[in-house]
Amino acid sequence: MTTYVLRRLALMVPVAFLVTVGVFMLIHLSPGDPALILLGEDRSPQAIAAIHQELGLDKPLYVQYVTWLGRVAHGDLGRSVTTNQPVTIAIAERLPATAELGAVALIWSLLVAIPLGTIAAVRRGSLADHIATGITVGGVSIPNFFIGIVLIFFLSVTFRLFPFGGYVPFNQDPVENLRHIILPAIALGTAGAAINMRFTRSSMIEVLNNDYIRTARAKGASWRRVVFIHALKNALIPVVTIVGLQIGGIIEGAVVTETVFTWPGVGRLAVESIFNRDYTVVQGIVLLAAFSYLVANLLVDLVYGWLDPRISYA
Amino acid sequence: MSTAPALVAAEVPVGPARVGLLELGRTHPRVVLAGGLVLLLFLVALLAPFISPHDPIAVNADNAYLPPLSPGHALGTDELGRDLLSRMLWGARVSLPVAFVAVAVGLVAGGLIGLVSGYFGGVADLLLMRLIDALLAFPALILAIAIVAALGPNLTNAMIAIGIVAIPVYARLVRALVLQLKQMEFIAASRSLGATPLRIVVRHVIPNLLTPVIVQVTLSAGFAILAEATLSFLGLGAQVPTPDWGQMINSGATFLENDPWLAIVPGAAISITVFSFNLLGDSLRDALDPRLRS
Repeated sequence: MTTYVLRRLALMVPVAFLVTVGVFMLIHLSPGDPALILLGEDRSPQAIAAIHQELGLDKPLYVQYVTWLGRVAHGDLGRSVTTNQPVTIAIAERLPATAELGAVALIWSLLVAIPLGTIAAVRRGSLADHIATGITVGGVSIPNFFIGIVLIFFLSVTFRLFPFGGYVPFNQDPVENLRHIILPAIALGTAGAAINMRFTRSSMIEVLNNDYIRTARAKGASWRRVVFIHALKNALIPVVTIVGLQIGGIIEGAVVTETVFTWPGVGRLAVESIFNRDYTVVQGIVLLAAFSYLVANLLVDLVYGWLDPRISYA
Repeated sequence: MSTAPALVAAEVPVGPARVGLLELGRTHPRVVLAGGLVLLLFLVALLAPFISPHDPIAVNADNAYLPPLSPGHALGTDELGRDLLSRMLWGARVSLPVAFVAVAVGLVAGGLIGLVSGYFGGVADLLLMRLIDALLAFPALILAIAIVAALGPNLTNAMIAIGIVAIPVYARLVRALVLQLKQMEFIAASRSLGATPLRIVVRHVIPNLLTPVIVQVTLSAGFAILAEATLSFLGLGAQVPTPDWGQMINSGATFLENDPWLAIVPGAAISITVFSFNLLGDSLRDALDPRLRS
């Protein structure tokens, strides 16, 4: 196991290196002087010279990269061009709201996916199965911003059940916090629910065809017991993989959902920063998103082996 | 009996395709349904200039906010009095070409990487696959947003960004298929007869990649349309006054309280389009994958 973990970590090193190169090159991809991009409206020769000196833009690109990487390794992602706030702090302030939204969205997606996926598998070929399959394809086809807008139209504008958007911290008012989070969580979690449902269904069908299920039935276990105690536990192993990757990709979905619901998280910060041409913040968020995804991938690989003893670490 | 279709196939190339399509339609009606929907969308995009009742960008403030089923404006008008139906029809001319170009970028670049990586192996494979791993390390939409943010928000850059995001999928798929094909006897036979790598790849490898790649192209098209709509919704894709569905939802969302159709109609168009491509990809995979067929 230790050898496997070390080998897996070693494999991650070149990928992580290339990711940092990609994120570093983000500013250099833009046509023109990166200092002009970073400065936005204030383009005085003094400001340009100061940025050149601060970022070492007059030095060779590889020297710039190594210097930048050294700073990143020490948790210094630079300063926001618009607010002069350290990027690390700007992200850290917004991260709890995104994590909260992501957690509720994930719970919603699993609450929908596991029962419906199980029913679709147990009643394979039935009307319920066809409906579940339809929901699956539909769920991944409808953009989450459109789901958000439809929810706002019906549940906020028409029936006035939930607020249009915004955020109330949990420690300030738990009930209002819940009222504000429900719609964005549904919008964010629906695509995940569709994918998880699909995985639960196919995995459950596979598990239900196993010999040990037939044995359990032959020994007189009720169908309900067989499905929920014997089969579901094993059927959910592949779902764990997908859920792990969904956790790693929370920021991705949050970009759009947080914009629709004016949710003050990292995703909205990314969009605001793009429009403010605040590239150090964008760079920081892209780096965070990529590393969350990389780490999630690694953890999923490790947890998968732990959950399914048949998987060899050799 | 069983050899007859093969003989026909050898002599009349059109015949088996027709028989195959008819057979496919009979055994997998979902392919026909989804294919019909996709074909209809292409027809709408192609014929938009001829079937649109009005100019999609012509402003007419006197006609602003007309509800659906108004005389002369079947889907109503937007805040600038522009005909919504015409904008919807022209919107297909934006979404579908974007998807086409983005998928082409991903397919050509990813396919080449996968071919080289899978066929030649060794150092080329090692380096190219690490590059692909690095691209895969970025969540797709974040990567697309980052590229558009760096290059500047417009439709062309959105197409490039979505295409780059699609590269790893094709690179991985093609590499895996080439690795399998390389072990096949007919490739070994061709090599032993002195065929050059280029000839083997062009004559024997690429034709055998077509079926899984077609399925992936269909699924990628759905993703590309969704990604373009998302970028345009965020203001990073098509810019005003281009009639783009994502951008129309963005501006329509402002008027949700009194004129919900301005956001709902383009949203439904995106959903139906993406659904059609996903359904076509799914049903083609079911129909063409021998493992799933059994």
